[in-house]
Formats: sequence, C-alpha cells, structure tokens
Amino acid sequence: MSRLNRKLAGDWLWPVVVFAALAVVPKLDVSIPKLFDQPLSSPGTLALLAACLLYGALALTYDLQFGFTGLLSFGHALYVAIGVYLSNIAITEWHWAFWQGILFTMGVAFVLANVLGYVSLRVGGIAFAMVTLAFAQAGNVLALKDPHHWTHGEEGLGADYTKLPQAFVGIVNTRNLYWLALAFLAFVFFVVRWVTESSPGRVWQAIRENELRVEVLGLRPHAYKLQAFVLSSVLAAAGGIVYMLLYNGSTLSVTEPTFTLTLLLMVVIGGAGSRWGAVLGGILYNYLDDRLVAIGSSSAVHGLPSALRTPLEQPLFLLGVIFILIVMFLPGGLAGLANRARPSGLRRLEHAVQTAPAVAEAREDT
Amino acid sequence: MSTFVLLTITGFGLGAMYFLIASGLSLIYGLMGVLNFAHGAFITVGSYGTWWTSEHVFDGVHSNLWRWLLSALLGLVCGGVFAALVELILIRPLYTRHIEQVLVTVGLQLAFVALVRGIWGPDPKTFVVPRWLHETTDVGGALIPNDRWVEIATAAVVLVLLQLFLRRTRYGLIIRAGVENRAMVQALGIDVRKAFTLVFAIGGVAAAVAGVLSGVYFNVVGPEQGTSLLIFAFIVVVIGGLGSIGGSAVAALVVALTQQYTNYYASSGIGDMVVVLLLGVVLLVRPRGFAGAVVGARA
Repeated sequence: MSRLNRKLAGDWLWPVVVFAALAVVPKLDVSIPKLFDQPLSSPGTLALLAACLLYGALALTYDLQFGFTGLLSFGHALYVAIGVYLSNIAITEWHWAFWQGILFTMGVAFVLANVLGYVSLRVGGIAFAMVTLAFAQAGNVLALKDPHHWTHGEEGLGADYTKLPQAFVGIVNTRNLYWLALAFLAFVFFVVRWVTESSPGRVWQAIRENELRVEVLGLRPHAYKLQAFVLSSVLAAAGGIVYMLLYNGSTLSVTEPTFTLTLLLMVVIGGAGSRWGAVLGGILYNYLDDRLVAIGSSSAVHGLPSALRTPLEQPLFLLGVIFILIVMFLPGGLAGLANRARPSGLRRLEHAVQTAPAVAEAREDT
Repeated sequence: MSTFVLLTITGFGLGAMYFLIASGLSLIYGLMGVLNFAHGAFITVGSYGTWWTSEHVFDGVHSNLWRWLLSALLGLVCGGVFAALVELILIRPLYTRHIEQVLVTVGLQLAFVALVRGIWGPDPKTFVVPRWLHETTDVGGALIPNDRWVEIATAAVVLVLLQLFLRRTRYGLIIRAGVENRAMVQALGIDVRKAFTLVFAIGGVAAAVAGVLSGVYFNVVGPEQGTSLLIFAFIVVVIGGLGSIGGSAVAALVVALTQQYTNYYASSGIGDMVVVLLLGVVLLVRPRGFAGAVVGARA
C-alpha cells in the first residue's frame, strides 16, 4: 500500500504541486531583486517567464526524439516554424478564423512530419541529421524569399490581432499568455510522460540503446522511430502556435538552423533523456539568454576590462562554453548531476554490478 | 549567351569555395566519423585572421597585392593551428563517441560566432585587396569579375596538392587507408591519432583559404558568413561521397552551378531549394554519394 502511495506521489503529486505553484505566480505581487527587474506579477517579468516555460516545452518535444529515441535531428525548427508561420498566415493573410487556422496548421504539420519523417528516417545517425538540416534549410529559404508574399521575408509577419482570441491580446493580458504557456508545458509534460512509459515509448528507448537488438526481437524500428518523430514534430508545431501568440507574430529566427541548435543546447544542458532535465534546460537557457544581456549592458559590467565584458555581452558565447563543458565533463547534464547526488535503486544496482568483478578480482589477488 | 558565361564562371567561383570547405569536412568525416560543425569557425578564423593582420600587422606594406598575400598567409596559419588545437583539446578526449563530438563542434561554432561578434561587432569588414581583383575581364561578351579566376585557380591548386599529398606521401597513404578501414590501420600498429590531428589541420587551412576567398567573392567578411557557407558545404559533402576529395570537387561544381542557373533562370531562392531536393534524392537513391563511404555507416 505504501509503495502504491509512493508511486502515486512520484507520478502525480510532485508535477501537480510544481505546476500549481507556477500557476499562482501572476497573483504574487512580490519582487525578487537580482533575479528579476520588476515584480513577479508585472507584464515584463510574466512575458519573460512565459517565454521560459514555452522554451521548456519546446526543449521537451526535442528531447522526445533526441533524448528518448536517439534521433539527432537538426531540423526540429521546421515544425516549430510551421506552427509559428502557418497559423499566422492563415489568419492574417488568408483572413481565416483562428480555430480554422489552428486545425489547418496541425493538419499540415502532421502530414508533413509523416512524409519528411518517412523519407529521412530511411537513413540513420549523422546522415539523418544532415537530411533534416537540409529540409529545415529549405523551409528557411522559403520563408526568407517569400515567393507568395505570405511570410514577408526578413521583416517577419505581425499577427492580425482582431483575429486572435481577445484574451491573449494586449499587455494587460500577459498573465493569460503566461497561463497559456504553463498549460502547454504541463500538457507536453504529461503527454511525454505518458508515451515514454507506454510500450511504444519503451521501444523508442530500446532503439536509442541498441537498434539492432530491437530489430532482432522482431520489431520494425523504422515504424517506431517515425511515431516518435511525428509526435515530437506535431507537439513542436503546437508550441509554434503558442509562440506566435506570445510574440504576436512570426519572425524568421524560428526557421533558422541555429534555432534547432539552441534547442539541442537546452536539452543537453538539462540532461538528454530526462523530462525534468529538458524542461529545466529550456527554462534556464532562455532565462540566462535574456538576463545575461541585461547584465552585460548594465553599468557594473561597463567598468570591466573588455576581455571580461565581451563574453558577458554575448550570452550565446557563455552558453556555448557551458554546453561544451557539460558534454565533455558532465554527461547527463543537470539531471545527471541530481541523479549522481542521490543514487536511485537502478543506479545502485548498476553500481553494484559494475564493482562486483573488481571486488572478485581483488579477492583473487590476496 | 554572355549571361550564361557569366553564370557559369561565377558558379565555378562559388563551387571553388564549396570545394575548399567540403574537402576538409569530407576527409574529417571519412577518417574520424565526425560531422564537424566547427568548420564554420575555421572559415571565420581564416577570414578574420586575414583581415586583422592586414589592418594591424601589414598596414605598412604599400603594395596592396603583398599586403593581401602576406596577411592571407598568416590567416591560413591561424586556421590550421586553430583546427589542430580544436582536435587536440575538444575532439580527442571524446574519441569514438561520435554524437558527443558533433555536439562539441556545434557548441564551439555557436560560441565562436558569438565571440567574434562580441569582439569585432556584427558589421561586415572589408578587405584590402589589389585593385585589379575588382576589375573585369571580357570573355565572349561577358564581363567576368577578376576575383573569380583567383578563386578557381586556388581551388584547382588545392585540389592538385591534396591529391598529391594523399597519393604520394606516407601520411596520405595512412589517411586513405584510415578512411577505408580505420580498425585495420590501427591493428597494423600505426598511430592513427596523429593522422586525425593532421587531417584537422589540413581541413582548417583549406577552410581558411575559403574564408579569405569569400572575403573577395562577397567583398566583405562577417561573423555569420562561415555558417551560411557551411550548410551548402555539408550538402556538397553528402552528395560527393564522404571521404572522397574528387567526389567533393565534382559535387561542389554541380551544387554551385545548379544554384547559379536556377536562381537566375527560375527565381531567386529556387536554386537553394533544388539543391536541397538533390541532396534528398541522392541520399535515398545512392546513400554513398558519387563516390566514397556509406553515409552514416559509422554513426
């Protein structure tokens, strides 16, 4: 009975407590100096936090294919961009209703993920990374050159706010956007947890560990990888729609290869193959990216010699260096660090198995 | 007709740069299984190294030609040394862990672009080059900018030198054997890790040459220039076949000419799309590329 309780607590209690705590943030009129410039309930802070939560969710969708299935894609940005651009084009350029735009966007994302996933998953490993990079690059070129005058190239496309749900328009409603981002994160979190603990999800993780073995067991890895790819891409497109609402339009930066690479950075920093890790990585990355710029332009930093100031003014430099250090010295990212501090049952078992032969050898020596 | 000649020769010039970048990428991947994103940083080291030395070291040299050549030479040295250091410090500790190696090069590329932008600002820099490089030559009615000839000639020289090195020297033999079967080379008692550093250094120099030439081709060098060239170089590498220098040369021309013709005759941007489609078709129909090892066989 107590074991069941513990399982319930682990499965539901902690996530629900965390999400509930996050949900009351817009009601808190407290300021946290150093961490945020303005009080928690102010629109500026809420917008930053909403972006952090959204990036946490996007990182988690990427983790679903990279961390859980072992697919290194350099083209995840394509699906985020479909959500960001198509939903916006539908309402702003084609004057559709918002819900029609959403349905159409999700439909296109689903079909495209199936087609491109089917094609690119015919190759594996690095080749898969390159094909996905190339497809995403095609999307980037399309949005940049704008043959139909829908995306407006480098200018980006501002959303027609009369078509958006009024609850999400305007600075007064920033708290609603925050709740939207939080709800989306919670949705992605529970979906990812549900699928990764279902039996297909276990096959995905088995593919990550050893694809040949999965094949030998009589399963078809291609079909399973496609499932993971499509689910991850469709969730990313949904995240793109939230992005469009959050930023009130579409900008070219979401179509660029660098966007996928930053998602990769978030997942690896947080811990690939860990749900909380990916979410934490996304939140931390976006927070640091935003705050380091603020610190970099503050007066305290201006007094520093340029050798110290330059890296601070370029958050991507610091984040890239942190990322390299984590890849080299801390496999498993921040989540791995937490696991190392508190060995779970499985890790203890692993440890015991690994040390057993060494102990036996030592005995033989004496 | 004259437009066609201009497009063709410009395509060869662009192809020359693709080849210089792709040859190093291809050797590195063929030998070590590393998809080197940091190659974009090598390009930037070459172009910014040349620009910086031209402004700060050789600013007293009166002849623009010598000033350009001397600073380019230092730029190439910077590129080679930087690449060798990247291999020694970042790649070697992660030996045989290919995905982690790719991740490290991705991080390096992002951090390096940010660093360059932080130090020298986001604005593009102009090179001091001999004036005749900006003049044109009349070929059958087409006015060809002279820098195209330099790009084509340089790439041809690098192609010949690389082939001579790979076919006539002992290290070239080790590298070719390593691309074919690395385990067997190691089993014969040859320290293949020295070849890794060497291949990185060669790739770094070739990429730096491309960086210098891109400064002439586009008239300017900017922090993000390396990244945009890199993506097409990736495509060239895959189409040409990994580990094959000759394949890279052919694929570089195919990609550059396709881009030039379609971007002009169809519509701007279509050329880039066609190249991407070409990559998809090649990977699915013939995963080996024109020549070389199977893509992803090591991964």
